[in-house]
Amino acid sequence: MQAILRNRKATAGGLILLLIVFVAAFPGLVGRDDPQAAIYGQDLGPSWQHLLGTTQLGQDVFSQLIWGTRLTLIVTVVVSAIATVISMVIGVTAAYVGGLTDRSLSLLTDIFLILPTLPLLIVLASYLPPGTVTLIVVLTFTSWAFQARQLRSQGLSLRARDFLAAARVRGERTSYIILVEIIPTMTSLIVASFLGLSVFVVGFAAGLQFLGLGNSTEITWGTMLYYAQQGGALEAGNALWALAPGAAVALLGAGFALVNYAFDEIGNPALRPVRKRRARTTA
Amino acid sequence: MSLPASAVPDGEGALLHTAGLTRHFRLGGLLSRRMLHAVDDLDLTIHEREIVALVGESGSGKTTVARLLAMIYPPTRGAIFYRGRSVHKLRSRKDVLWYRGEVPMVFQDPYSAMNPVFRVSHGVMRNLKLHRPELDRAQRHEEAERVFDIVGLNPAGDMLRKFPYEMSGGQRQRVGFAQALAVQPKLILADEPVSMLDVSIRAGILNMMASLRAEEGASILYITHDIASARYVADRIIVMYAGHAVEQGPTDVVLSRPKHPYTQLLLSAVPDPREKAVPVSADSGEPPRVIDPGEGCRFRQRCPYAIDKCAKITPALRPMGPAHDAACHVAAAEPLDADGKPAATTVAGSPPAP
Amino acid sequence: MPEPLLEVDNLSVSYLTDTADIGAVDRVSLTVHAGEFLGIVGESGCGKSTLLFAIAQLLTPPAEITSGRVVFKGQDLVQLTDGELRHVRWRDYSVVMQSAMNALNPMKSIAAQFKDTMRAHGRMSADAIRTRSTEVLHLVGIDAAHLDSYPHQLSGGMRQRAMIAMALLFTPQLVIMDEPTSALDVVAQRSLMTQIKELQQQFGFAVIFVTHDMSVVAHYSDRVMVMYAGQVAEIGATSSIFERPLHPYSKGLLDAFPSVHGPRRALTGIPGSPPDLGRPPSGCRFHPRCSEAMAQCTTSEPDLYIVGETEVRCLLYAERLRDAV
Repeated sequence: MQAILRNRKATAGGLILLLIVFVAAFPGLVGRDDPQAAIYGQDLGPSWQHLLGTTQLGQDVFSQLIWGTRLTLIVTVVVSAIATVISMVIGVTAAYVGGLTDRSLSLLTDIFLILPTLPLLIVLASYLPPGTVTLIVVLTFTSWAFQARQLRSQGLSLRARDFLAAARVRGERTSYIILVEIIPTMTSLIVASFLGLSVFVVGFAAGLQFLGLGNSTEITWGTMLYYAQQGGALEAGNALWALAPGAAVALLGAGFALVNYAFDEIGNPALRPVRKRRARTTA
Repeated sequence: MSLPASAVPDGEGALLHTAGLTRHFRLGGLLSRRMLHAVDDLDLTIHEREIVALVGESGSGKTTVARLLAMIYPPTRGAIFYRGRSVHKLRSRKDVLWYRGEVPMVFQDPYSAMNPVFRVSHGVMRNLKLHRPELDRAQRHEEAERVFDIVGLNPAGDMLRKFPYEMSGGQRQRVGFAQALAVQPKLILADEPVSMLDVSIRAGILNMMASLRAEEGASILYITHDIASARYVADRIIVMYAGHAVEQGPTDVVLSRPKHPYTQLLLSAVPDPREKAVPVSADSGEPPRVIDPGEGCRFRQRCPYAIDKCAKITPALRPMGPAHDAACHVAAAEPLDADGKPAATTVAGSPPAP
Repeated sequence: MPEPLLEVDNLSVSYLTDTADIGAVDRVSLTVHAGEFLGIVGESGCGKSTLLFAIAQLLTPPAEITSGRVVFKGQDLVQLTDGELRHVRWRDYSVVMQSAMNALNPMKSIAAQFKDTMRAHGRMSADAIRTRSTEVLHLVGIDAAHLDSYPHQLSGGMRQRAMIAMALLFTPQLVIMDEPTSALDVVAQRSLMTQIKELQQQFGFAVIFVTHDMSVVAHYSDRVMVMYAGQVAEIGATSSIFERPLHPYSKGLLDAFPSVHGPRRALTGIPGSPPDLGRPPSGCRFHPRCSEAMAQCTTSEPDLYIVGETEVRCLLYAERLRDAV
């Protein structure tokens, strides 16, 4: 916590995330219009009643953005969380158990890494029934491998640490060692993995939804992009309709990335900026 | 495989003994045939209430011995007997826990031997939970305080709550010993417990080890490369070179009348600030990495007394005096006087004492 | 008395972090004459490595020299620019690091690393480089065949020797060594020390040898400096320090060594641990652990007092100075 506060980048990121979470939790406080209600004038520009204008169907863009936050955030967090857990279990088990287990798990990880993400995402999403659950499953499937290698490396470096041998000599079981002795020492790396992954998931989720592969009946930033494209926002001169969700996606990604700086520095003190001070030199 | 005359026969009085203990490591990939001989044919005995020093340089195999005895990996060949039972054959969790509850290990690096995420009480508490299930929570806490007191970490209550980073290297090593004490051990395997500590801190730990033997009745296998500290705490010394035990016996005897040329070399090389001159030796070699060795003494390339036999036959430990053995073809046993004690003069032709 | 080769004058080094200024080295002065072997002894955290790096101008932020001079052959190294330093480095003084495995490039052969070094500090033909490389390896007792070996193919002792060979490429007048023997076993250590001494006698260079193990320098150094908590505790001729240590810390340190050959006696060690340099104790920095501490030790900071040929930072000797004056 302190590290986040002390690091300016992380504080900025933290504030962004806090804001977004607040909006997701209490959308009613910020956007008073029903986002689905197509009752306003079409393709209106920004005004006091409609801060970001309206859509082609006359819906308030600002409301959509606000109400769409919750689902966007949920999808991102759920996918990142599950993917991180999977990569952690696989990475650490491979590192600690070693041998054939390690080889097979590493092979598995490598296969998933080589698979081209976006095409795979598209293929999977188009074959499975459309919906939020599909979105989550597909995204998790393609993103768990990213961090598994890194977590495995960390696990390997820990294996040489004596406290693991000490746990073994005490008589602890392997499962205990992995869960209680190894994983807690990696929390900072795990959180950093989660945050790093989130940056990508935000983008990929929006990308899939933009292509129409999400659940088009739900309002999220990604589906807003889809509809903006379908509704010819740019041709109609209603650029704001497309830009607003795009900027929001970028903002959320930036929020995660900025907070991640603090965790990078915790994990690796060598990255901490060395602030040179003027020394009081005497002749 | 004949046991040396000074060894105690199976199960009689010895707390732990090994017979032909051997450990090889495969070098290169799965298909490689090259084997690193870390330990070969080691016969080691430890009695109750005894501190035995296992002395050797890096590559001597001493750390491998510690890990074999701690059941971190199994021996390639040979046997380990603890209180008459075959340790290397223990399989059930109950049996393994029994052994681990009597033979704990203290590690060399105080900065890596404790999990930084937990308080220093973690290891002690886990040991108590695993090996002394008859204790309830309050009793466990009492025990934790008791062992911290014994190792000199006072006030115990406060110390137990600290995190490893709040403690110095010396304090952390004491925690290591406290963890070992928590199980009420019969034998503590101490793998170079003071090597990474500053010299002024070592004395405290060494003194503590001696008192553990006296007060708690534990035996200690003290593994070290520092022969001076071995002299200070150990009752018996076993000198290892390139995977073999080359000399063993009571500390004073081995250090004052070393029979094996390697022991003599080691002793002459130890710098002592209180001594005046430095004995000069032409030896600039280092212990070899023993890969696929043949027969023959592994010290022969560096030995000033080597004869033909040394290249052909691996010397076995043979008696040099009461309870004192050396594995050398050239070393001659002590002549005994009428009382059966070693005579004052050395026999001509034997390697001279320093 | 001829000009000293190296004169460190009131050198202080601090680690300037955003949270605190940690004074790692506090007003250390020492001199080294041509051909002299000075041992700097101290435990972890005493600042000896920092001092070494400061002298060699190898400090990196956040460590900085905050005051003092390092006068080497008449020039204050602290004031020189990088370009100017390059002329002096390796030709006039060189450094041997603690762990050869850390300092040698594992991806390059010994010959290649020697070549890099020679190219960095002067112009020589490829032939001359090869010849010189062979020469220095020969000096340290390594077969020239190992020129094409990689560091991991050499044993620990040989790697350290290769490092020393590298330091001698330009036959400098001063070689600074940071615990070169600490990773070696006793026999290899003894033989390396003997080699260093022989080379020193052959080429006449001065040596500054930093170590935590007093016994290693006992038979090789001319003078010894004992450091504690960033300060000089005692400095004098080796024989004086070892036979009649004046500072209670020096005494404690010597007493903490179990002896192999001498009589067996109880060891006491020094209770407590070195202080946090961010908040050193008031008065004498050693007083919390000192068995001979007096009342004024908690309040007055001792200066370096001269007792015969030795200087010692201890109030026990303050009276003598006043008496002498």
